[in-house]
Amino acid sequence: MSEVLSTPKKTENLVEVHQLKKYFPVQKSFLDQFLAGRVDYVRAVDGVSFTIRRGEAFGLAGESGSGKSTIGRLVIGLEKPTAGQVLFDGIDLASLDAESLRRLRARMQVIFQDPMASLNPRMSLGEAVMAGLKIHFPESADSHRETAMKVMERVGLTPPQFFFNKFPHQISGGQRQRVVIARALVTHPELVLADEPIAMADVSVRALLLDLMVQLKREYNLTYLFITHDLATAKYICDRIGILYLGKLVEVGELREVYAHPLHPYTQALMAAVPVPNPHERRTMPMPEGEIPNPIHPPSGCRFHPRCPYARAECSTVEPEQRELRPGHWVACHFAEQFMG
Amino acid sequence: MNDRDEILVRIRDLSVTYHTRLGPVSAVDHVSFDIRRGEILGLVGESGCGKSTLGKALLRMIAPPAEITGGQILFEGEDILTFDERRLRDFRGRKASMIFQDPMTSLNPVQRVEDHLVEAVEVHEQKVDRANVLERVATLIERLGIQKRRIHDYPHQLSGGMRQRVMIGLGLVLNANLIIADEATTSLDVIVEAKLVDQLREIRDQYGVSILVITHNIALVAEIADRVAVMYAGHLVEMGSVYQIFDHPLHPYTRGLLRSVPSIKLDDQEELYKMAGEPPNLTHPPSGCRFHPRCPDRMGLCSQSQPQLREVAPGHWVQCWLYQDHPEKESPTLEVTE
Repeated sequence: MSEVLSTPKKTENLVEVHQLKKYFPVQKSFLDQFLAGRVDYVRAVDGVSFTIRRGEAFGLAGESGSGKSTIGRLVIGLEKPTAGQVLFDGIDLASLDAESLRRLRARMQVIFQDPMASLNPRMSLGEAVMAGLKIHFPESADSHRETAMKVMERVGLTPPQFFFNKFPHQISGGQRQRVVIARALVTHPELVLADEPIAMADVSVRALLLDLMVQLKREYNLTYLFITHDLATAKYICDRIGILYLGKLVEVGELREVYAHPLHPYTQALMAAVPVPNPHERRTMPMPEGEIPNPIHPPSGCRFHPRCPYARAECSTVEPEQRELRPGHWVACHFAEQFMG
Repeated sequence: MNDRDEILVRIRDLSVTYHTRLGPVSAVDHVSFDIRRGEILGLVGESGCGKSTLGKALLRMIAPPAEITGGQILFEGEDILTFDERRLRDFRGRKASMIFQDPMTSLNPVQRVEDHLVEAVEVHEQKVDRANVLERVATLIERLGIQKRRIHDYPHQLSGGMRQRVMIGLGLVLNANLIIADEATTSLDVIVEAKLVDQLREIRDQYGVSILVITHNIALVAEIADRVAVMYAGHLVEMGSVYQIFDHPLHPYTRGLLRSVPSIKLDDQEELYKMAGEPPNLTHPPSGCRFHPRCPDRMGLCSQSQPQLREVAPGHWVQCWLYQDHPEKESPTLEVTE
């Protein structure tokens, strides 16, 4: 088994997600629950399927409450799905016991939004970067320090000797995120889950971090699951993108294809809402009514229908299926053909 | 001269210093600019550049360990730095108000929307007729796009966008002339943010109020502002109309910043500009021009002497040695024609 876990099989799709669901029970007092006679669930992820090809950067974008971060956690096995399946390199995560899952995790790493929250304030930066090596490769303890230094140097923490014994509070925000990136790469993972990795950084620092992530992907043959609320940033790193709305994938395809021809009314609204850094191109499109509804009782039929300017009767009763309307470009909308003109 | 050119606030040589354990930090260092009546002025900069401190200083909301260490804030000709507590309180509701990033911390969780607004009126206006006030509040709430019945809701029952609109309402109900929005749209989702932007523009058009939009989001400024001020490390480095700033940025910092902003447009630049370094720590600000260590165009002079903010084209101000003379300067001064 351990052989299977540590040696890549080189399937074409590194990750396959089938009909993934994650419901969180709503916390209520015992009495309320008894009187209601049932438990309510937040349907954070409600039937999502997609694949991530080996070597690509796949983006998941959506507003808060769309379920994007939950999907990320499910993909790397930090959460157990309510239903559905996650295959990593052909291995069903649900089939693994805790120890096997831990071993498999050497091949997947995470970068979160807030580097200060991801780093232990009492652990030196060098210790932090070496931690993954200690866990996954205890047999090669002699070379840990050297390996960590090399990766630190590569992510721009130069000279690494200078940073090795420093603590998180002694360095800048941009440098901290570089430490987190170094820590993720030191075990040579195949999949990196990046959940809003640059959202906290300043604009002038962001471009550098983004560029570093693009370079490292090439050098380390990484596959990214890039989770973001920022469609403009996604353009610079993602090959393909999926747009989420209230726990459902409404549209997925090559990023350039989706951005050039958004076919779901929600994607269109989301793209139009993103301000463009050019005062000559101010938005004229009106924004959809209301805000994201409550995921405990999501709207019937198409979840976007109460806010959709194109909604018809069918939209409130029949849930749209994903359809491939252009090569590799899938849309869950009954009437998306009208936008293909 | 139309209304837009009339000046509401004149800020002159304003300095704010934080007294920290590591020594004084000049978060706002001799900053001067004007806010015109009825304009939306975008104040942009990265974290720690002093933009929020400046916004707070405009309402004199600077508390220890920070202190306003110099300058003047002339609001309709009167220096608010000379106001006593009573006048200051009056100024802070009736003349100027502020919206913060997180409305939940500004609204009272046990007070209904209506009570917030009515209280604001009752505190600031003497001899008010309650029925009259209730009607004023109801009309305003509807104009802000909140259903009338939501006026009896508590803050936690409202969405994030609605809470921000209640905060705007608190300023408008007293007919304030200046609303300062400090990262007011930052925690909102893009669609909600876009709607709030539309609303701020409508409010300006309807009420003629001046809005100072303080943000790190450069694209947002392009979307909403009439004029733009750019701050870097406590200094105002460039100011002009939104078209001057975005079409002809002059300061090397502004130029770099604009080129490093991601754009969703597919035909826009493929590669983002990667500015060297990070914003400085202001306990030990760089000598001379504070941007010189990161500047691609720096000259010998830049690390020794600080340039002044100069008007180099009508309404376009820049603080950079490239555009002003100095006896020790090696290269010719650049002419700006717009």
